Amino acid sequence: MFGTAIQQSTRSLHYNRCMPAVIECRDLRKTYDGKVEAVRGLNLEIRAGECFGLLGPNGAGKTTTIEILEGLLEPTSGQVMILGQTWKSHPRELREKIGISLQETRLSEKLTVRETIELFASFYREPRPASEVLEALQLEEKADSWVGKLSGGQRQRLAVATALVGSPKVLFLDEPTTGLDPQSRRQLWDIIRAFQQSGGTVLLTTHYMDEAERLCDRLAIVDHGQIIAEGSPTELIARLGGHHVVEFSLSGDSHQPPEVWRMLPGVDSVRNDDGLVSLSVREPHHTIPALLSKVEEQSAQLDHLTTRQASLEDVFVRLTGRHLRED
Amino acid sequence: MSVAQQSPPQEKVQPPSAAPRNGRWAGFRHVLSVRMKELRREPEVIFWVFGFPILLALGLGIAFRNKPADAIPVVIVSGPGAQDAVSMIQRAPRGSSIHADVLDKVTALRGFRLGKYDLVVAPNYYRGGFDYLYDPARPESVLARALVDETLQSAAGRKDPVPTSAVTSSEPGSRYIDFLIPGLLGMNLMNAAMWGIGFALVDMRQRKLLKRFVATPMRRSDFLLALLTSRLVLMLIEVTLLLGFGVLVFHMRILGSLWSILLIGAIGAIAFGGLGLLTASRAQKIESASGLMNLVMMPMWIFSGVFFSGERFPAVVQPFIKALPLTALNDALRATILEGASLASQSGRILVLVLWGGVSFVLALRWFRWT
Repeated sequence: MFGTAIQQSTRSLHYNRCMPAVIECRDLRKTYDGKVEAVRGLNLEIRAGECFGLLGPNGAGKTTTIEILEGLLEPTSGQVMILGQTWKSHPRELREKIGISLQETRLSEKLTVRETIELFASFYREPRPASEVLEALQLEEKADSWVGKLSGGQRQRLAVATALVGSPKVLFLDEPTTGLDPQSRRQLWDIIRAFQQSGGTVLLTTHYMDEAERLCDRLAIVDHGQIIAEGSPTELIARLGGHHVVEFSLSGDSHQPPEVWRMLPGVDSVRNDDGLVSLSVREPHHTIPALLSKVEEQSAQLDHLTTRQASLEDVFVRLTGRHLRED
Repeated sequence: MSVAQQSPPQEKVQPPSAAPRNGRWAGFRHVLSVRMKELRREPEVIFWVFGFPILLALGLGIAFRNKPADAIPVVIVSGPGAQDAVSMIQRAPRGSSIHADVLDKVTALRGFRLGKYDLVVAPNYYRGGFDYLYDPARPESVLARALVDETLQSAAGRKDPVPTSAVTSSEPGSRYIDFLIPGLLGMNLMNAAMWGIGFALVDMRQRKLLKRFVATPMRRSDFLLALLTSRLVLMLIEVTLLLGFGVLVFHMRILGSLWSILLIGAIGAIAFGGLGLLTASRAQKIESASGLMNLVMMPMWIFSGVFFSGERFPAVVQPFIKALPLTALNDALRATILEGASLASQSGRILVLVLWGGVSFVLALRWFRWT
């Protein structure tokens, strides 16, 4: 797997020569109060027109990383370049060119949607007209409602509207769809994709696998302040070895050593999660019959058997031994 | 009014370059107008900023109004001679300014103890005449003794060897309400500026709105300037309302020029705005900020001569009291409103305000936390 990671980075170096990175950071570190290491040596290179995702569990350092890139937090060490400029040398120019939606901002409840967008527009030299942003974000009907009266999805769209009103080149979104209903999430995904299609670059953080899979061209899986894997969603899943997962459990305490299952045809890896065995599999139609006969041979009883496409969750579990969302 | 709103009709097909350009002060104007809109949409704010001081002035003005002829309450212990005292008081030329009740000794003494009467007059059975019971520590009791004694003596035929006469004066300008209104105005400017700036900032910081604002190209100084400017607009309304109320309801007379009063009010509002900014420069929670703000304002409510003159405190603490910004503001407002003092004569007090405001502002900018 490290081989592929190295390939990946040489390829991005090549890319770098043709097209300058829009967001770039080198050996980023952030230590709070001299003890809590939130980010521990992180490198990123995001190219123009990409939608890049930082995927990881809560507390992995995603927000700290994105806020350093947004110029809102000072890194303890490391370099950040946005659009070829640094926050120290060109703060105002960079602010004009990027749009930001923070993880939680409570906008003033007693202003209308239009007033809020116009307020944010007034900070930029050449903002988009408020009416255009209202239309693009499907907020026209709510234009004259107080922010306090909006639903969660509408509020989140308004937050993204305030990020888009300056017609940015780069959009930073920290957990854009956390806590939203499925329909509102899809609406926001459409908006983000439309921004990307118009030539924009997106960096977002998320702890939703489906969001990362559907929205992002490339991903970095972040854990304990470090990138543990990077690549496109399909690449990452392919790196698991198999595209499918066969999960089963046996009744009683007929625990078998993992080697028994590893020997089955087409199995790349085995994982035992409290009696639930997951096999990473290339071709389930070869593995399953072999599995069934193996079970019979051991005179054990199958309690449960499913097969599904491998997901980023499996990648994360494989890499860290933990689930993304552990409550 | 807003630039962003007036969009060209072909906006949808044109690239962003066709979008309106914002001028240098667009951000400032929008923050200011949004601030005023938000205030207007908060009924509680309207009450605390405008209604409360007027209610306070009305209540205190009525409680401490100058009664036309303050009848001094005295009690005469019943028994032989009591009726003589009553009739002597009634016969006297200034007898109407004394209100005398006749009660038995126990009731009379209790009434005196409770402050219902200022003086007890007891007929002396052995040598004739009267005994006075009064409290030398109570000014009104001392006054009652002198007045009753003089009334009884002159009623009994004492002739004054020196002819004297007196002219009374209770003109507007020297009453309690005249003292009170400039003090309330000063206190209100302090409260409103401290809360209006400090509370608003901590609230926005807690809501991560400040962080969101600094994530845009917004000029931070313009943002703070717009908040201070919103205080100036409110100051204009506060001064007009409270002084107008004093003039209309209590027939207060304003001797100084309105421009001087407004200028002093503006300097006061900005000075306390700076102090509010400093108090709120780091606090993350409303609770901690409100404790801090009360701590800053508390000494000034007590010492700075809002409800009573700060001169009543011992001489040792006077330099400290004079250095407080609210003392400077109240004294300057009183001198201008009640005595028509010129701005130049108030330059010392104005300097105190400018120093407080300036130093707080500089420190606040250094310490201010946007995130």
